Amino acid sequence: MNIYAIRVIYKYEMLRFRNTLMQSFASPVISTALYFVVFGSAIGSRIETINGVSYGTFIVPGLMMLTLLTQSISNASFGIFFPKFTGTIYEVMSAPISFFEILIGYVGAAATKSMIIGLVILGTAGFFVPLNIAHPVWMMGFLILTCISFSLFGFIIGLWATNFEKLQLIPMLVITPLVFLGGSFYTIDMLPPAWQTVTLFNPVVYLISGFRWSFFEVSDVSVALSLFMVLVFLILCLVVVWWMFKTGYRLKR
Amino acid sequence: MSAIVSISNLSKTYADGHQALKNISLDIEYGEIIALLGPNGAGKTTLISTICGIVNASSGTVTVDGYDIVEDYRVTRSLIGLVPQELTLGSFDTVTETLCFSRGLFGKKPAPALIEQLLKDLSLWNKKDNELMSLSGGMKRRVLIGKALVHEPRVLFLDEPTAGVDVELRKDMWALVRRLRESGVTIVLTTHYIEEAEEIADRVGVINNGELLLVDDKQALMQKLGKKQMVVELKDAISEIPHVLSEWVLELSTDGQQLTYTYDPRNLHTGIASLLRAISDAGLLLKDIQTTQSSLEDIFVDLVKKKI
Ligand SMILES: Nc1ncnc2c1ncn2[C@@H]1O[C@H](COP(=O)(O)OP(=O)(O)OP(=O)(O)O)[C@@H](O)[C@H]1O
Ligand SMILES: [Mg+2]
Repeated sequence: MNIYAIRVIYKYEMLRFRNTLMQSFASPVISTALYFVVFGSAIGSRIETINGVSYGTFIVPGLMMLTLLTQSISNASFGIFFPKFTGTIYEVMSAPISFFEILIGYVGAAATKSMIIGLVILGTAGFFVPLNIAHPVWMMGFLILTCISFSLFGFIIGLWATNFEKLQLIPMLVITPLVFLGGSFYTIDMLPPAWQTVTLFNPVVYLISGFRWSFFEVSDVSVALSLFMVLVFLILCLVVVWWMFKTGYRLKR
Repeated sequence: MSAIVSISNLSKTYADGHQALKNISLDIEYGEIIALLGPNGAGKTTLISTICGIVNASSGTVTVDGYDIVEDYRVTRSLIGLVPQELTLGSFDTVTETLCFSRGLFGKKPAPALIEQLLKDLSLWNKKDNELMSLSGGMKRRVLIGKALVHEPRVLFLDEPTAGVDVELRKDMWALVRRLRESGVTIVLTTHYIEEAEEIADRVGVINNGELLLVDDKQALMQKLGKKQMVVELKDAISEIPHVLSEWVLELSTDGQQLTYTYDPRNLHTGIASLLRAISDAGLLLKDIQTTQSSLEDIFVDLVKKKI
């Protein structure tokens, strides 16, 4: 195990984060605040409580997920895409380091970043609405698993992307709609029955449902199913990454 | 075993079907400086990239210090330092940061004293806290050399180290290369320039079109380089060299009109004057005389042409 290598990659990525600190924190914090003003106060005041939870509080887990997913993907994809783009990746590839170690460095850093941002948002939310987390350990568990899985997913996108456009494509076209339609702002049973069925094919639904359960003990699907789906996604990503590394996909010529 | 890098039957065909390396075999000896000479697109970078683990070989094997580059990549890669052809560097990190990064990447624990010494050797000490993007091209080149050396490799690959480098820096670079060699580092460099190969290398390998055309001691090449040829054109063709001229090593052209005499101009007695006298004594009439010097360039061009 090349511990020093993992350490420098992780440190380097975290440093990159530090250099864009304002941007990294400010944008999620501001957008969260806006969501609360619009949905929590303006619209939320006209919506009755959902399963005994006020609307403003209800959307907190969904908002966190929205940010966690987009941040994990963009951090991780950019982290590996950029050295590929500038050519500095040559050094990592000529170093005595295994693909698994590269992965720990890059994905670990991306996951750490989005976790920090997630917690910052939770803090921001605390300013606007009363928050009571029923199962903090589960909450952290879902948080960590989500960050790791989607950072892995972002890493895959970063490896796959051959230009900036492709890098933005998946998050824009796939992730954002999935999150918005994944029950961030509503419960599934508010939808017409046909749409309820369709929604069950959206993996993000399981994430948000499980995450919300850890806050309020209310959920659309069972927690076990949520956890299972997150793990399936994680394993799926791992398999894809393993295959990419094994074949040197888009890295080695 | 005297080879630190042993390449055998190495071939590389890129995904687009282009064969960049054709069955290359080469032993690089401990502590030597070897220059790989070849025109654009010859395959020099591909060869180096394969040894360093950036490009996958299509067939063939490479060992470094006896270890296979695929099976034992951890061992072989820690023995190797690579200075790439392109100036690929980050932007916002400082000179010191990037060296620390490289050292860590190669699994070595931090060594501030070593980095300080290295930066001083590369005349970069006063730039140690500068951001990489604020450096000039020549400085970036030196940072790349620093990054390649910071994990104390045994073999250093320099891919066109003098591209975009001024005379002063080139001199410094060769001085550094010689110092490294004295400390036991083996050096492989690529270049387009024959003079450069002559100046610094112990051995020269010529690559063209993915083939290794020749590998020879620089001395041996210089010997050929040192030779001059005198071509004597005769008015009337002859069928064979007259017996009286057997004292000189002569070649008769197929049309019988040219006698070629190869000699070493560094000899005190080249034998030109007496040869000319002997030719006229033999009753042959001279039409023209010319002398040519076979340079490494000639040898190179010759080799390259033959293979096309
Ligand atoms: N990724 C790639 N895909 C396809 N062909 C490639 C790739 N990289 C290099 N080649 C081709 O392989 C051949 C050898 O390229 P290489 O870069 O090894 O040459 P070189 O000797 O280093 O040239 P130069 O002196 O210009 O640096 C060239 O014809 C080049 O076009
Ligand atoms: Mg090249």
